[in-house]
Amino acid sequence: MILAPADLPLWAAIGVAFFLLIGASLTLIGAIGFLKLPTFYERIHAPTLGTSWGVGGVMLASMIFFTVTESRLVVHEVLIGLFITVTTPVTFMLLARAALHRDRAENTGYAPEKKKASLPVQEDGETHPADN
Amino acid sequence: MLPYPILTVFLILMWLLLNGFTLGHFVLGTLVAVFASWGMASLRPDKPKIRNWHLLFKLFGVAFYDIIRSNLAVASVILRGRPKGHTSSFLLLPLEIEDRTALALLAVILTSTPGSAWLEYDSHDRTVLLHVLDLVDEEQWIDTIKNRYEKLLMEIFA
Repeated sequence: MILAPADLPLWAAIGVAFFLLIGASLTLIGAIGFLKLPTFYERIHAPTLGTSWGVGGVMLASMIFFTVTESRLVVHEVLIGLFITVTTPVTFMLLARAALHRDRAENTGYAPEKKKASLPVQEDGETHPADN
Repeated sequence: MLPYPILTVFLILMWLLLNGFTLGHFVLGTLVAVFASWGMASLRPDKPKIRNWHLLFKLFGVAFYDIIRSNLAVASVILRGRPKGHTSSFLLLPLEIEDRTALALLAVILTSTPGSAWLEYDSHDRTVLLHVLDLVDEEQWIDTIKNRYEKLLMEIFA
């Protein structure tokens, strides 16, 4: 049986609203931080609010809403959360390492220098298959 | 027949979640999952060796709790500014784990935790460059990561 959204029981409506508000506010706060924080390395922290509990809250709200209105377990939203969690670090590290590389190359003083021991093979280290 | 049984099971599960739990989709999903895991086998990735399954759940529990806590902490830093005496800075963290899956898992956890960012791993020195948004005590941070996560990961992965 499919319920109209207006027939949602009170407990479910409260749960959906609660998680939706949490998720949306955290994403908004993350966006504000993205705009407001002064340096690149500080700004990079802000969007992770949206990719952790931002998406988590919206995901939970959606799961409760559709499980109750369609009277069956709807949990495929979990996949969205899972894939966001697993793929965020990839783009995140790409951006961060690009910033580090640039700051080091231009000597802006924002990024810490690499230790001299690994200087000759700078930017090497982890991507070469031979290392493993 | 099945080079990656866990991967196959999860692919079937994903197929069923996306398409609905019916017998027809189970058959179709199984077909897709078996062929996909053969495809994966031809890439020959390192096979993770998991020693302690039950600790994986503990790890997710700990990470889940920490992610909630740091979400609130970072939200308050953004809205109200950093408390006096706190700074944001880089942190060089020495690591003992070398297993690629364990490192990937630690990277995912630290990245999903707002307030800490995994920037660069150096497999030569076995160190990770982190950036922490709200730093009070460097030693305490390193201790937390090493005791809360690295110990668990070392017990999980042989």
